[in-house]
Amino acid sequence: MRHDKHPLKAGTPGGRRPLAAGAPGGGHPLLARVRNSKYPFIVGFLIVPVALYAVFVISPYIQAFQIALTNWKGISATPQYIGLENFTRLFEDEVFWAAVRHHGVLLLVVPLATIAIALFFSFLLNLSGGQKGAGMTGIWGSKFYRVIFFLPQVLAVAIVGVLFQAIYRPDETGVINSLLARVGVEPIGWLIDPDLALWAIMGVMVWQAVGFYVVLFSAGMSSIPKDVFEAAALDGAGRLTLFFRITLPLLWDTMQVAWVYLGIAAFDAFALVQVLSVDRGGPDNATTVLPLEIWRTAFNFSKFGYASAMGVALFFMTITFAALTLRVTRRERIEF
Amino acid sequence: MAAGTVTKPSSRTAASHARARRRRNPLGVFGALSHIALAIWAILIIGPILWTFLASFKTNTEIFGDALALPASYGWDAWGRAWEKAHIGQYMLNTVFVVACSTAGTMLLGSMAAYVLARYSFPGNRAIYFLFVSGMTFPVFLALVPLFFVVKNLGLIDTHLGVILVYIAYSLPFTVFFLSAFFKTLPTSVAEAAMMDGCSHTRTFFQIMMPMAKPGLISITIFNILGQWNQYLLPIVLLSGNVEDKWLITQGVANISTSAGYEADWPGLFAALSMAIIPVMIIYIVFQRQIQSGLTTGAVK
Repeated sequence: MRHDKHPLKAGTPGGRRPLAAGAPGGGHPLLARVRNSKYPFIVGFLIVPVALYAVFVISPYIQAFQIALTNWKGISATPQYIGLENFTRLFEDEVFWAAVRHHGVLLLVVPLATIAIALFFSFLLNLSGGQKGAGMTGIWGSKFYRVIFFLPQVLAVAIVGVLFQAIYRPDETGVINSLLARVGVEPIGWLIDPDLALWAIMGVMVWQAVGFYVVLFSAGMSSIPKDVFEAAALDGAGRLTLFFRITLPLLWDTMQVAWVYLGIAAFDAFALVQVLSVDRGGPDNATTVLPLEIWRTAFNFSKFGYASAMGVALFFMTITFAALTLRVTRRERIEF
Repeated sequence: MAAGTVTKPSSRTAASHARARRRRNPLGVFGALSHIALAIWAILIIGPILWTFLASFKTNTEIFGDALALPASYGWDAWGRAWEKAHIGQYMLNTVFVVACSTAGTMLLGSMAAYVLARYSFPGNRAIYFLFVSGMTFPVFLALVPLFFVVKNLGLIDTHLGVILVYIAYSLPFTVFFLSAFFKTLPTSVAEAAMMDGCSHTRTFFQIMMPMAKPGLISITIFNILGQWNQYLLPIVLLSGNVEDKWLITQGVANISTSAGYEADWPGLFAALSMAIIPVMIIYIVFQRQIQSGLTTGAVK
């Protein structure tokens, strides 16, 4: 303890240091630690981060389960325990089921589309530059494309949402509609047509996500040893065979990570829907998602108990998804 | 062929030239198609962002005219209005202040915790580590209601300090996870030598281990800056009272977009959007290598 407080003096007094230095081989670290008691240091380093984490992260998570069992409404009202009533009400709530359905669609479409597009582009970027020697090389300008593709990933989702309001505007002044007008297509109400709105929002999600997965898959592809490709190429495998028989199987682990990440993102979508959709989740709840309903129920309607019950439902859906994905897609790891 | 390439380098180049010549045609078509596909996506990415920049120079009538026309003149009026009247300048300064404090705090506390968890064995080490790591899997929406009241009961609602502390707390799981993996990969011999020479644990950490961990620290710092700069949910919950002067940039821009309909200053909105995008883009272009590797290695580990 004393030494911790006086780092400059530590170890200088005679006797201890020669002893430690003179100890043979593996004894050094042990002696050093005994001399400089480590526990005050460990506690000193951990106490602030753990305290902060416990107060702002752990305790709210635990309280959420408790609040979900109450009928707490309004800031001044005292909460009463009502058991599982919030959940029975939740299961009869049409908006809740609409939100769950939307998560289902997001979960299916966004990861599939993103992974397919990202795989296609990372294949073009990394393996389509022809075969110099026997190795595969990237296409000319691949660095430039990678920088551009990744760009939306660093923009705030809320900012992207505002940006796409102008792109999707329903009359001819919208960017897409004015492009369509040039080829004689009537303006399309991207965000005001209940059948289209969710797809328009998913388009933005894919737009923003693809670059990240291109870089992720590219990293995965470049870690596949060149001699695997060389051997296959010598055996006469073409570009497509190489992709489907070599690259894809060896990228499996990376794709699993991608699927989990995109799936978890599909359970969020809050900022985009809140900012971009008409009437926050509209038209007529056609794009609403659970996080949006949680936020609205809590901070617009002050139904804190009910909002927490939705949070618990969301939690179990997310955990189930992650566990299922990891279980279903588990395979033998290929070491290389 | 393989034997030939090993023994005679000159014949190898000749062979590959011959092969290149043979393949030029099919490769040319394939390469051209690849470039077209890649260029289309690049335009899809750049287009909306470029359009936003251009729209900030347009007038209201131009914005509601032909969407593909260029602005008639380039003046900075809208940018000035967005900065002053729509308080984008204020929001930007608030965000810089909050993100600077919270990233510094996250890095300091996160690396301290990660270092201790990675390099020292003590009872409870694994438990604390898993406590931190489990925070990465929980949806923040579950904690939203109680978090609001925790911050409120501490008297920190509608204050920047509250936002900073919450940002730090919610950035810790990934930071600790990433950095403890990083500290584990660093050689132990240097730290041991320092301890032998009488360096205290604290000093070993700040003067030996932190400099050694620099690449990892840089990646995760950029990761946290971007993540916290782009945060939207926490500001709208924690700064939800009547405190517009304390708002952060994402919150401010989203709010302008909902009120733009009434005030009808569309160029101002696009100027505000551009201002929110530009700093992030500059950071990205300068650090793009670290950002890409930092974000993606974080995903794989």
